[in-house]
Amino acid sequence: MEAAQEDAVPRFGPGMRFRFDDVRNAWIVLGPERLFLPDEQAAEILKLVDGSRTLGAIIDDLAARFAAPRDVLATDVTAMLRDLADKGAIRL
Amino acid sequence: MNAIPPPAASPPMGLIAELTHRCPLQCPYCANPLELARAAGELDTQTWQRVFDEAAAIGVLQCHLTGGEPTARRDIVPIVRRAAELGMYTNLITAGVLLDERSIAELVEAGLEHVQLSFQDVEPANADRIGNFKGGHAKKLEVAALVKAAGLPLTANFVVHRQNAERVPEMIELGTELGAGRIEVASVQYYGWGLTNRAALLPTRAQLDATTETVEEARVRLKGKVVIDYVVPDYYAMRPKSCMGGWARRLITITPRGRVLPCHAAEILPGFDFPSVHEKTLAEIWYSDPAFLRYRGTDWMPEPCRSCDQKEIDWAGCRCQAFQITGDASCTDPACSLSPDHAMMHAVLPESEAPPPAFVYRRIGSNLVGAK
Repeated sequence: MEAAQEDAVPRFGPGMRFRFDDVRNAWIVLGPERLFLPDEQAAEILKLVDGSRTLGAIIDDLAARFAAPRDVLATDVTAMLRDLADKGAIRL
Repeated sequence: MNAIPPPAASPPMGLIAELTHRCPLQCPYCANPLELARAAGELDTQTWQRVFDEAAAIGVLQCHLTGGEPTARRDIVPIVRRAAELGMYTNLITAGVLLDERSIAELVEAGLEHVQLSFQDVEPANADRIGNFKGGHAKKLEVAALVKAAGLPLTANFVVHRQNAERVPEMIELGTELGAGRIEVASVQYYGWGLTNRAALLPTRAQLDATTETVEEARVRLKGKVVIDYVVPDYYAMRPKSCMGGWARRLITITPRGRVLPCHAAEILPGFDFPSVHEKTLAEIWYSDPAFLRYRGTDWMPEPCRSCDQKEIDWAGCRCQAFQITGDASCTDPACSLSPDHAMMHAVLPESEAPPPAFVYRRIGSNLVGAK
């Protein structure tokens, strides 16, 4: 597995759309004939994927808001985004 | 009569809107029923839009516009527009041959988000023979480029069977060259027209093994760039597919005439009175129609499914296949090696080694001798 650099700018893949669903009261990633239902933690990360923030900036933002060690957060955030990147939902 | 409350259902994820059965192609494995709806019976624009309103209200997230050929409808643009305005992810499942630069631009403007374009082969003459439409393959290549030029994500769908399985490597290559972010290597499913033509389409074991190997290699090579979805033919399976993700669990299909089904092939099942959009709302149908409750969840399951740890993975497989092979829609899908009827699937395999009969092309009034 190739390591993601913190200066990489994650963005949603072609045709992917991240939106809130009122019926389920949850965030959803919609894409070509598939969809992902991120848990609350993953949704917090994906809300920061805007095509301009770097991976490092996303981790900084989360570290400032949630009382978690930055290195632990960095591992979790990178793994989550890498997983979605392997599925084509995120470009990393 | 029965005081047991129906099992609680989650909201549906997707709506499969079969806008029409009309299609310029005549593929012998078409997923439409043998009895095709004529244009006069199709739901009108306003009814489809009202149905989309109802679908979005109960949580449908994706709207799959299909047919027949959905772009054979002159009102495809306003239909797409309403689905997009409701926030549903709009997916056009098309043979492509009726599209051009202008109509694609109109669809994009209306909010279309994705196109799935079908291919019959990579070899033009064979592709045109399978679809029984001269020049179809060349036109599809043009349309794929137009779709990409319009900025839409593209899925290239290749339907695989005995008469094209050797070219799966070239299919994946073509899909990648066309810029598809997703490629479907979809073995023919044997219902309706596909079942009628099974003896001409069922791949050999050697073809299936080669296809599987090709797909596995390509998935590794294209990881993160192209998603490859692979559907194997049930006749060679050990476990059944999770058909429709479970009966009335994720998807709603609406036929051109407005019948509401848990699966596009379900009209073949006896003993059902499927509801119509003219009579009930989608909310009523999804949460309380007897046809939707019949096989939802796991309580209805017979053995060996009932005590199986896979029952919430494959949901006992496909009801239509259980009915077609065994005559009983309520039994375990015989594609499962644990089914007492599994040998009935294997008994069909010699068909794949015999010379293929001529295709029975999909069209209204096609000769159905041999259909079973």
